[in-house]
Amino acid sequence: MTPQAKKVNRLGLEVLNYRGSKTTLCAGCGHNAISERIVECFYELGVDPMGVAKFSGIGCSSKSPAYFLGLSHGFNGVHGRMPAIATGALLANRTLMGLGVTGDGDTASIGIGQFMHLVRRNMPLIYIIEDNGVYGLTKGQFSATADVGSKLKTGAPNDLPPFDCCALALKWGATFVARSFSGDKKQLQAIIKTAIARGAYMKEHEEPLQELDFVPFFEDISVEIPEGEVREIEMHDGSRLRLRKLDRYYDPTDRLSALSALEEAEKNHEVLTGVLYVNTAKPTFLEVLNMAEEPLATLPESKLRPSPAALNEIMEELR
Amino acid sequence: MSTLEVSPAERLSGQPERPAINEFSIQVATVNGSGSQTANSVLMRAIFQMGIPVSGKNMFPSNIAGLPTWFTIRTSARGYIGRRKEVDFLVAMNPETAREDVMQLGAGAAVVYDEPLKLDALRSDLHFYPVPFDKLVAPVCPEPRLRKLVRNMIYDGVLARILSIEMDEVHKALEKQFGKKKAKAAELNWNAARAGYDFAAATFTKTDPFRVERMNATAGKIIIDGNAACALGAMFAGVTVVTWYPITPSTSLVESLMGYMRRFRHDPESGKANYAIVQAEDELASIGMAIGAGWAGARSMTATAGPGVSLMSEFIGLGYYADIPAVIYDVERVGPSTGLPTRTQQGDILSNAILSHGDTRHPMFFPSSPEECFSLSIEAFDFAEKFQTPVFVMTDLDLGMNNWMSDPFAYPEKPIARGKVLTAEDIGKLGGFARYRDVDGDGVGYRTLPGTRHPAAAYFTRGSGHNDKAQYTEREDDYINNMDRLAHKFEVMRQHVPEPVTAIREDARIGLVAVGTSDYAVRECCDQLRDEYGVAASYMRLKAYPFTEHLKDFIRRHERVYVVDQNRDGQLLGLMRLEFDAELIAKLRSVRYYGGLPLDARTVTDEVVGQEGL
Ligand SMILES: Cc1ncc(C[n+]2csc(CCOP(=O)(O)OP(=O)(O)O)c2C)c(N)n1
Ligand code: SF4
Ligand SMILES: [Mg+2]
Repeated sequence: MTPQAKKVNRLGLEVLNYRGSKTTLCAGCGHNAISERIVECFYELGVDPMGVAKFSGIGCSSKSPAYFLGLSHGFNGVHGRMPAIATGALLANRTLMGLGVTGDGDTASIGIGQFMHLVRRNMPLIYIIEDNGVYGLTKGQFSATADVGSKLKTGAPNDLPPFDCCALALKWGATFVARSFSGDKKQLQAIIKTAIARGAYMKEHEEPLQELDFVPFFEDISVEIPEGEVREIEMHDGSRLRLRKLDRYYDPTDRLSALSALEEAEKNHEVLTGVLYVNTAKPTFLEVLNMAEEPLATLPESKLRPSPAALNEIMEELR
Repeated sequence: MSTLEVSPAERLSGQPERPAINEFSIQVATVNGSGSQTANSVLMRAIFQMGIPVSGKNMFPSNIAGLPTWFTIRTSARGYIGRRKEVDFLVAMNPETAREDVMQLGAGAAVVYDEPLKLDALRSDLHFYPVPFDKLVAPVCPEPRLRKLVRNMIYDGVLARILSIEMDEVHKALEKQFGKKKAKAAELNWNAARAGYDFAAATFTKTDPFRVERMNATAGKIIIDGNAACALGAMFAGVTVVTWYPITPSTSLVESLMGYMRRFRHDPESGKANYAIVQAEDELASIGMAIGAGWAGARSMTATAGPGVSLMSEFIGLGYYADIPAVIYDVERVGPSTGLPTRTQQGDILSNAILSHGDTRHPMFFPSSPEECFSLSIEAFDFAEKFQTPVFVMTDLDLGMNNWMSDPFAYPEKPIARGKVLTAEDIGKLGGFARYRDVDGDGVGYRTLPGTRHPAAAYFTRGSGHNDKAQYTEREDDYINNMDRLAHKFEVMRQHVPEPVTAIREDARIGLVAVGTSDYAVRECCDQLRDEYGVAASYMRLKAYPFTEHLKDFIRRHERVYVVDQNRDGQLLGLMRLEFDAELIAKLRSVRYYGGLPLDARTVTDEVVGQEGL
């Protein structure tokens, strides 16, 4: 699956085939970096882009699905309600790999309820929150993930404490929770690949997680920030983000330790990155619904419309 | 115990002649949660089984137990099954309302009542039949805690005796109600009915004129509520993704759908569901899921009522603007806001037609009977996919939650129509496609489904500005082109919506127009105008919006046209005003009722008569 001399992946596709239209986001915006990682990961893993469906809400971040995976269908919906669209689409066609991109405004405010219920249902959807602490598209209002005390351009401070979307997702029962920094190329790649592989895992039910060898868990991520160490990163707007990488001894299958690690980091004003939690036992919503394996969208009429005998039987009961 | 409460010969002389045989209405006044539903439906069914046209309407409160409930049964040899305002025969079981219920009766009506209520002192111009329910129930139901449940069956027996309803039919109706599995319960209820019958036989001499007589007008018919009929329509339409959030009066639509889908839509081999039903977290989510599913190629639907539709508005605008199919059942109830959740209205017509911000137009189908709930549902799913747009199926609480007699449903003749969907092979042959290009001149572009394995299959759906290739645009000409295409598409729909039902009287100078459940009242009203006033009136019942040319023709050929609305502001008329020129609008008159009860003929007749100066 690694690119050969011809620079194609295992499907014979070039990286070009994984790009989208030209970005219209600001140069240097972290969202663009994430789009780049998405392109690389889907390319390198050789995911068939024609089997992927992209979803997003409204915001700068939510515009980004137009800028990657141009061979995939995409749906840029309404503000905060991408989870519903994705849920409906994946119910219609369970063979799709769903990739959702959203912002902190889109998810943590207007869409918090839908996010919560998406997690509760355990819909097999890769859900990337591009968290910049502000409403980018409406020009810089605080989002619900902005740090208390951070300041707007006007100097107005944020008086309210932030939501930690990872901690919330964990509480609500998410089965895969990870966090990275858009500028941390290697870690972000590893995490996105794990998410993709996990999506595949959830579909195939074959390999146990430990054998997903092409996604090294923490081995490869030590370039910018050594495991377990803290590093301050200066953001474009001059604010500082303190990141701590989880070390290789961290057990991501234990929800309680994930939650307490997050709690601990919050106390220290640090942001924890890495794969925080993985659970492969919980059934997905598709399994809970006991749905047919074939896509509902393309079932033939014989499976959709009961027979005249069935109608007669029902009419007889009502006489 | 007295055997005769009134002496009709003296007291009732001079009263106008009342309908009597197979032409009267019964009202049962009980308390919500007292288990009267069984007794009421058995009563209705027994009359139905005697071949007599009958309708039943439940007027219930928005609570679980303790508030007053009225159930009205109308028998009509002439086949009028709309609501009738006058009550001929009252069963007064609710101490809270008994006084008022009795005071409202017209002279000559009859009252069966719970003896301790002593209602006979209230009026001298009624026929009273006191029944000691508690005394009668004890011996037939030794178990005290079950007595409350079977007590009401006693009035079925009493009424059977007084109104000549055959006890055999009561028995059959009971068996039907309880099925084979609950034979014990059926027996208990049967004993209670018998006790009532025997008591009445031994105690009362009939003094009122009301009774039933076997007919042959219901053979082969079924009894079903509109919600179950819509559910069956959706199932036979091939619905695959159903999303919902509970709200009266739409809840039972999805609940009966679940029951039917479990029985008929699981794969016989794998046992797996060939569908998904999701109870969403709210209506924002249920419509979002329906839109997402429709986009990905499912036949999707959601069911709701006014408050839910209000929440859905942004997504429905997206569905319109991005050309995405979905079927939305709106079982209307009284608004605005929470309004009267358990009362009926046609209050969402205007807002649904143009739901969401910006310029939008949405097709609406208006079934008026269970049969049409079934057939128009099937048409609605085809229509949504054919025109790639959200479609409303508009019913109301009266149709949705009440039991109606109906002809059995006809199996759909046409195969399922999935509209313009390109496969990978199609794309291969065409070399590509432009999602929103109006290739066929009908305003409907070709679409592909996500997952289509062709490099030219994908497109990007968005609610923001898009050109015919589905690319982002803010250009003036692109925007206008797209909006004009959508407007044109709506014009094309006009040629394809279900046509109205028209009854033209050649000599009529006036006409009436209505939708949905207003049908019953308006048909009866036309007869009243003819029989009581010698006035001929034509009638057109619309089955859908957008309006077709038929409506314009109908207005043109009459001097005045009364548009009947079950809402305060004349919403159906308002929609016509939006579209028609001044000449046609000048002919329109409004008949409105908005009290929350099913519309009755007299209300319409009186209004028309008043405005006509008859
Ligand atoms: C219903 C609705 N309300 C408000 C808006 C305006 N709006 C557009 S984007 C946005 C916030 C986006 O913030 P975020 O999700 O963090 O995205 P970012 O631009 O920061 O990537 C808002 C409030 C909208 N589009 N729809
Ligand atoms: S406004 Fe902010 S979020 Fe939006 S594109 Fe520019 S940098 Fe990115
Ligand atoms: Mg943001």
